[in-house]
Amino acid sequence: MTLSQVFFLAVAAITLFAAVMVVSTRRIMHAALWLVLSLFGVAVLFALLQSGFFAVVQVVVYIGAIAILIIFAVMLTRQVMLDVGPQLNRGWWIPAVLVAGLYAALVGVLSTWSQFQAQAGPLAPEANDLSRFGQALVDLNAYVIPFEIASVLLLGALIGSIFVASERKG
Amino acid sequence: MIPLSWYLIFAAALFCIGLFGVLARKNAVAILMGVELMLNAVNINLVAFWRYLYAPDLAGLTFVAIVLVAAAAETAVGLALIISVYRRRSTVVVDDLSLMKG
Amino acid sequence: MTFWNDPINFIGQWLQGLLIQWGVAPGVAQVIVLVLGAAILGVVGLVWVIFLIWYERKIIGRLQDRLGPNRVGPFGVFQAIADMLKIFTKEYITPDGADKVPYNLAPVLAVGGVLMMWGVVPFASRIIGADIGVAVLFVVAAGAIGELGILFAGWGSNNKYALLGAFRSVAQLISYEIPMVITLLIPVMFSGSLSLQTIVQQQTIWYALLAPIPALIFLITQIAEVGRAPFDLIEAESEIVAGFNIEYSGLKFGMFFVGEFLHAFTAALLFAVLFLGGWRGPFAEQIPFLGFIYLWIKTFLIYFLTVLIRGTVPRYRIDQMMDINWKLLTPLSLVMVLVTAVVFNLVKPVGSPWVTLAALLAANAVMGVITMQFLRGAARSRRRPMVAPSTIVVARPEPQNTQSNPE
Repeated sequence: MTLSQVFFLAVAAITLFAAVMVVSTRRIMHAALWLVLSLFGVAVLFALLQSGFFAVVQVVVYIGAIAILIIFAVMLTRQVMLDVGPQLNRGWWIPAVLVAGLYAALVGVLSTWSQFQAQAGPLAPEANDLSRFGQALVDLNAYVIPFEIASVLLLGALIGSIFVASERKG
Repeated sequence: MIPLSWYLIFAAALFCIGLFGVLARKNAVAILMGVELMLNAVNINLVAFWRYLYAPDLAGLTFVAIVLVAAAAETAVGLALIISVYRRRSTVVVDDLSLMKG
Repeated sequence: MTFWNDPINFIGQWLQGLLIQWGVAPGVAQVIVLVLGAAILGVVGLVWVIFLIWYERKIIGRLQDRLGPNRVGPFGVFQAIADMLKIFTKEYITPDGADKVPYNLAPVLAVGGVLMMWGVVPFASRIIGADIGVAVLFVVAAGAIGELGILFAGWGSNNKYALLGAFRSVAQLISYEIPMVITLLIPVMFSGSLSLQTIVQQQTIWYALLAPIPALIFLITQIAEVGRAPFDLIEAESEIVAGFNIEYSGLKFGMFFVGEFLHAFTAALLFAVLFLGGWRGPFAEQIPFLGFIYLWIKTFLIYFLTVLIRGTVPRYRIDQMMDINWKLLTPLSLVMVLVTAVVFNLVKPVGSPWVTLAALLAANAVMGVITMQFLRGAARSRRRPMVAPSTIVVARPEPQNTQSNPE
């Protein structure tokens, strides 16, 4: 067991535990806090995959914006400071069985794939070159169309969410 | 070293936990949190495949960036809708939002 | 490498050799040395706050025409240590019904977020914690973790006023992040890299001279991000009952306090690194300690400026703060990035740095004049129209009819 393997197992265990707490804890504010922990675990895994840019972007966008937005929404939609009643649907064991079956199916199908146990080769130095990534995003022969569509999507989401969430008189 | 299978198994587990959250929770904000978990699992999958199989090629990273952007946009609009619904109906339990049923 | 050329690596290698001599495995020795380095950086940061507190209290005192602390030690230098001892011995009062984990985690996040920034700042040409390739984004991420600490504090205190205070403060912080990140694009654009060490190395001309208006916007947003006057609504005693840290006592409150002072200094440090050339100066490449001293001088200049501003201007209301951010700083920073990018790329073929400097200064001056005209027009339209004098009715005293004959 090398150091990086132990580290991966520890981070993965923490992230999965936090994810289970997100979907099963009774108090919704705690669910939001556990979500922050699992998002942070995912950021650490990005860094372990030698994609430092996305690790930091994950923290800035997901934890610094989306998680804070979710916490705001939780606080704005509470009627009392305590949660009452069951938080899971009646008959929640159906999704549990379904999800367990899906997981088994996914892992089973993947394990028959030839490259399933592939080891990581050395990373070429230009793979992490951010300027190359930036140029690919605006290159006419590369990914400028998804980039522009994503920015229009963000603009639409921005205007739409402000409009929907604003209090209109009358 | 860490084989690719570990990352794929982890991402599948995270995805399934998020799916359970979407299917089994009553609170609308909790359902959105499950969706966030699923999107993060997808991102881990994409970056793992990029690192192990396609490294210098940038398609995987671009995909990750677009998924991140789409997740942010969807969370913003979803939470705005939930807040707006809460203002009208004073509830975020999805079972009670059944005006158009039947 | 000798000690004077490369101090941190020299000490690191020496320590590692020592540990291996004592029989520790080489990999474990490296990890131990790295952890020790991180711990020393954290301790230095926290101890430095003691000096900063004294410095600020003396200057604020002089600004307010009084002496400041001068009893404990010569010129009152040990005053902060006395305060520290007092805070150490205070009792922790946890409010009833508080959420234990967020309540206790909040001060850790608030201080930890700031200390993380110290790990990527280049103190000299060879003194840097970790030269990661995305240092600028890392600084933004560390700020986000600090904001999370504030939310945890507001929620964990089980107190409506703390929660409201935390909401307001997080709203202010995430709003001011936008012009901060936009103006951060300017040094990145000039130097072509997100790494702070590269940004410093490329600053043959200081970026504050090449882009004065974005530098000013960055300084203003950093002052707002720290929560210092005039943006200190979130922690002022007379507003919303001292905000999110009302239920904290003893060292937990001390940690918020320390985190805020350290953040103010770190904001000045970041401004010096990004816009004032960092450790650059005569002979800074050969002797790292000289570079360290240059950086410290530049940082203290900016820190002194922020302390001056704190002691001088009154506080903004929350709606005024949001107005400034959304109606002035965000559009202005977007326009400045556009203008700077266009002008910079237009004069790049010429190649001479003086032409670049002149062109960018001219562009900034033009934008400054246009902005002032906009602001003047906005202020004029907001002023109430004066009533013309002729329509004012003044009650005149009635002429005295019952004037008796002069006696």
